[in-house]
Amino acid sequence: MVISKDSVERLGSRTINLIRYMGSVSILVSDTFIRLFQRPFRLRHIVKQMSRIGVESLPIVSLISLFTGMVLALQSAYQMQKISAEMYIASLVALSMTRELGPVLTALIVAGRCGASITAELGTMKVTEQIDALETMATNPTNYLIVPRFWALFFMLPILTLYADIIGIIGGYTIGRYKLNITHHMYHRMTFEPLSIKDIFNGLIKSITFAIIICIIACFEGINTKGGAEGVGLATTSSVVRSFILIIAADCLLTALLYFMGSG
Amino acid sequence: MIEIINLCKSFGNKKVLDNLNLTIHSGEKTVIIGRSGCGKSVLLKHIIGLINPDSGQVIIDGVDITHVRIRQLNEIRKQFGMLFQGAALFDSLSVGENVGFMLLEHTDVSKDVIRERVRKCLALVGLKDVENLKPAELSGGMKKRVGLARAICFRPKIVLYDEPTTGVDPIMGDIINDLIRELSDKLEVTSVAVTHDMKSAYKIADKIAMLYEGKIIALGTPDEIKNSDNPIVKQFISADAIGPMTDAAGIKELMDKKWREDARR
Repeated sequence: MVISKDSVERLGSRTINLIRYMGSVSILVSDTFIRLFQRPFRLRHIVKQMSRIGVESLPIVSLISLFTGMVLALQSAYQMQKISAEMYIASLVALSMTRELGPVLTALIVAGRCGASITAELGTMKVTEQIDALETMATNPTNYLIVPRFWALFFMLPILTLYADIIGIIGGYTIGRYKLNITHHMYHRMTFEPLSIKDIFNGLIKSITFAIIICIIACFEGINTKGGAEGVGLATTSSVVRSFILIIAADCLLTALLYFMGSG
Repeated sequence: MIEIINLCKSFGNKKVLDNLNLTIHSGEKTVIIGRSGCGKSVLLKHIIGLINPDSGQVIIDGVDITHVRIRQLNEIRKQFGMLFQGAALFDSLSVGENVGFMLLEHTDVSKDVIRERVRKCLALVGLKDVENLKPAELSGGMKKRVGLARAICFRPKIVLYDEPTTGVDPIMGDIINDLIRELSDKLEVTSVAVTHDMKSAYKIADKIAMLYEGKIIALGTPDEIKNSDNPIVKQFISADAIGPMTDAAGIKELMDKKWREDARR
């Protein structure tokens, strides 16, 4: 096999770009973490972001988790009915929602809805020199723009995840109770008996990790936007795609890690 | 005083600033002129520490800002005001919050005091009752004036203007020129503006510096620049398409070639 000079050059330049990207992200991560506890604390900004990220995401999170719970119950009923084990549907829905679907689906919704909006907002600020203006006015952009969004995501994503778990279980209950005729008492027992604090805790660890990923990727892509409107569009696309990939990869890694640590 | 010593900056293979030297004395109104893309805004961003040079020094009142920590740089930046080309007002804040931004961020003064100062600054630039509007509701000229009010609200010692008349109609451009001149005199600040608009330069400047190929090639009063013998300065101020600046870019050669081809046909 003959390897052309061009392909070697292309591979080399891609590798350098990847290393440069990872280095820049690491610098942003360290800068953000250093400034998390530094004054000034912008409580008003944090509350505003919490409302945008948390409260305004409730309708879409409700809709998707309700339907997911319902679909999960219906799909498992297809098999469970064959072996007359319908009552286990409750346990399956509860465990799937709290350990996996709740955290992952909520993170994907928030990355698509809020991560994209953060990138577009910061990207527009970048191309219209608003971020430069912040610096000329002796205000650190990380402290002013990134830290409030970090805290908002850090607190709101786990809360949204818990909310999605509950709504998903309600979705499953609706199918179990009214389509599969499982009694309320039985569904309740089969939901909460296998469910432990550990399961919910695992889901929350995942959601905190996803919150950090969404914040860093969305902000990084935003403040590194180049060009005009086209640049903002490209940065937003790149932010959503990279967040999705990293969320799924981190989910796989965390699931394996928690499994081998004995809490899986 | 602003001293720029042997400043060099390249982007990729393109050398934008090449051993540039310039001194701007306190209270002076200096206008830096040059063609679009010649590095005027880059020079301005070096003066306020937004860009780090490859080599050289930028000394503000005796402190070399290219070698200070970010905390000290931010203290120095508090002496600056800057008007950006597109005004760079914060979309998410109201006009009042934009103008009073530095007071809100860096002082503990009461909201009433800030409101009063914002009102005064807006009045200085000829605006009133716009505090509660969002930047998106303003016209281009109003945005520039709000940007100007924001630049002077923290009582800076040095004000930088990046293309102050670009993107506004000629009448508004003239109003902005008058405002810059008037504010600089009234507030006794050092002003540095970059522009390619000669009318603006003559109106604002005590001194004009011409930037060409990364260097300051001419420095003098508006009259000295008007009467300059330098062919590059002459071509720029008379806005001629043909001259040494365009020769260097090969434009004349291209035109000659085209004429030769036309003649042959």
